[in-house]
Amino acid sequence: MNDSSTEISKKSDAERLQIRKERIALLRRNKAFTIGITVLGFWTLCAIFGKYVTPFKSDEQNFEFVSISPNGTYWFGTDANGQDVFSRVIVGSRLILVMSFAATILGTLAGTSLGLITGYFKGWFDIIVMRLLEAISSIPAIIIALLAVAAIDGQSPTITVFIIAFVFTPNIARTVRAAVLAEAEFEYVAAAKLRTERTPHILFKEILPNVMPPIIVEFTVRLGYAIFAIATLSFLGAGVEYGSPNWGTQISENWAQIFNNQWWPTAFPAIAIATLAVSVNLISDGLLEVFEI
Amino acid sequence: MNKLGELAKRIGQLLLVLFLVTLFVAFLMRLLPADTVDIMLPGQPEEFKAIIRHELGLDKGFFGYYFQWLNSFVHGDFGSFYFAGGSETVASHLGNALPKSLLLMLYSQIVALAVSIPLGLSSAYRAGSKFDRAVSGTLFTFSSIPSFAIGLILALVVGVKLGWVEPLGYVPMSEGLAEHFKHMVLPVASLSFGLVAAYTRLLRSDVIATLKEDYVTMAASKGLSDRRILWRHVFRPSSITLMTSAALNMGGLIGGAVVIENIFSIQGVGFEIIYALGTRQYVALQSLIALVAVGYVLFNVIVDIASGFIDPRTRERRGLR
Repeated sequence: MNDSSTEISKKSDAERLQIRKERIALLRRNKAFTIGITVLGFWTLCAIFGKYVTPFKSDEQNFEFVSISPNGTYWFGTDANGQDVFSRVIVGSRLILVMSFAATILGTLAGTSLGLITGYFKGWFDIIVMRLLEAISSIPAIIIALLAVAAIDGQSPTITVFIIAFVFTPNIARTVRAAVLAEAEFEYVAAAKLRTERTPHILFKEILPNVMPPIIVEFTVRLGYAIFAIATLSFLGAGVEYGSPNWGTQISENWAQIFNNQWWPTAFPAIAIATLAVSVNLISDGLLEVFEI
Repeated sequence: MNKLGELAKRIGQLLLVLFLVTLFVAFLMRLLPADTVDIMLPGQPEEFKAIIRHELGLDKGFFGYYFQWLNSFVHGDFGSFYFAGGSETVASHLGNALPKSLLLMLYSQIVALAVSIPLGLSSAYRAGSKFDRAVSGTLFTFSSIPSFAIGLILALVVGVKLGWVEPLGYVPMSEGLAEHFKHMVLPVASLSFGLVAAYTRLLRSDVIATLKEDYVTMAASKGLSDRRILWRHVFRPSSITLMTSAALNMGGLIGGAVVIENIFSIQGVGFEIIYALGTRQYVALQSLIALVAVGYVLFNVIVDIASGFIDPRTRERRGLR
């Protein structure tokens, strides 16, 4: 098109790059973020390579060594089925990480699209969608998830992922919509309209990059909630296959034993969930600080 | 927006929520591969099942069934749990379950507020100090642990290892106050942790903002004591925000209660919901979920209107979010 507009966009690209560089530098110096990323990285490595490095197979049952307390061979002890708790905790990171990331990514995609469209177009579509989303978010999330998981298919991780994504969509849509409403007032949007850019271009190329910070923060916050939701659902015996190496399931299979003083098959997966959730929250705290929202 | 308009809007929203939620549940029932009554009453004679099917309106197609259920529901008939031997009404189950759940949530809110108000005020007053950082750090960690994990850890340490309190079951107040509270300590504590973290953080940032107001400087320059300023001049305006947030947290609390009731075998509403799910009592389930949703939305409407009356700023602030 004409020279002045390309000049403006080039300049803003350079500025954007500069801001991004500064933010990455700030994140590196941010303690909360660094610790969070390190712990999350550790669990990610466990999820990918855990299978190959654990001392025992995660589903190996040894009925000679049932409910043994932690010792030199079985670092975290064994559970009532004679399975090594340490190996199951390491391998158990896989399902919860894959599921929570998948659910959060899906929910963020859906929520961002809805938020962009409703915030940009406003009008009756906005009103209807926002009312519907309000309706969804007025039921406690865990109840929707339980209901849907139990009714459709008790133990399918794929369906659980979709349901959690569905439950998260309203919150993300609301955050994005609020950001878009503010953003749509700026002149660069009016300029893009004057250049007769197509609407998808304006939405995704012009507005979206500018509302990325709240989306990224919302993503990490939701990731934390997804870990909570998946752990809780699997603890209640829904959402994943029974017997699979998965922290929530492990707790649900073994927690009754704590009343017999056998705490290790429950405590270690519980600590694992806590460290994962804390790490994700640290990351979102760090991002929040750097983005200054 | 004026108050009547606001009220009408909220009631409209309430009705829409009720409609959508129950329609959603009814729809999920229809997605099941098998017939609802076959699932609820396995191994019963066909004639009996046919009677139940007719009674529930399941022979009238999806919308026929749905509107019959909705009609009964708004008239206070919440349906029944069905067994081989007969049925028990949801209302009778609720009569036993609702007080337990309500008490559990009420205690948790009271405990959470009682802990977080002094904590929030003092950490805001000494913002940036070692004490403040220690409080923030601890609460941050606790808020990152799911309530069921906290519940299990407490049950293990306080209930089993130390043996201070009873870890399981529910004792009504009529059988002795001491026993009642002894059984409630662990479930209430497990539910409160997350709330304390949320409330303290909120109150802290609110109070830090208020402390910068001119009227606080004014009060200090008049020579009022710090304690008096904190409680009388600073806490008061923040308390409404805190109450609103306490109300908004009810949804999370209901969800948390479902899990906690199942860990500590308290036969409250959450326990009934899981029981209905596990035994595939879909009619009862539909009514229970609808009741939870109605209760939750209604509660929020009341708090919203009340806080709007007390302090118009709250409403504006919430509208902005």
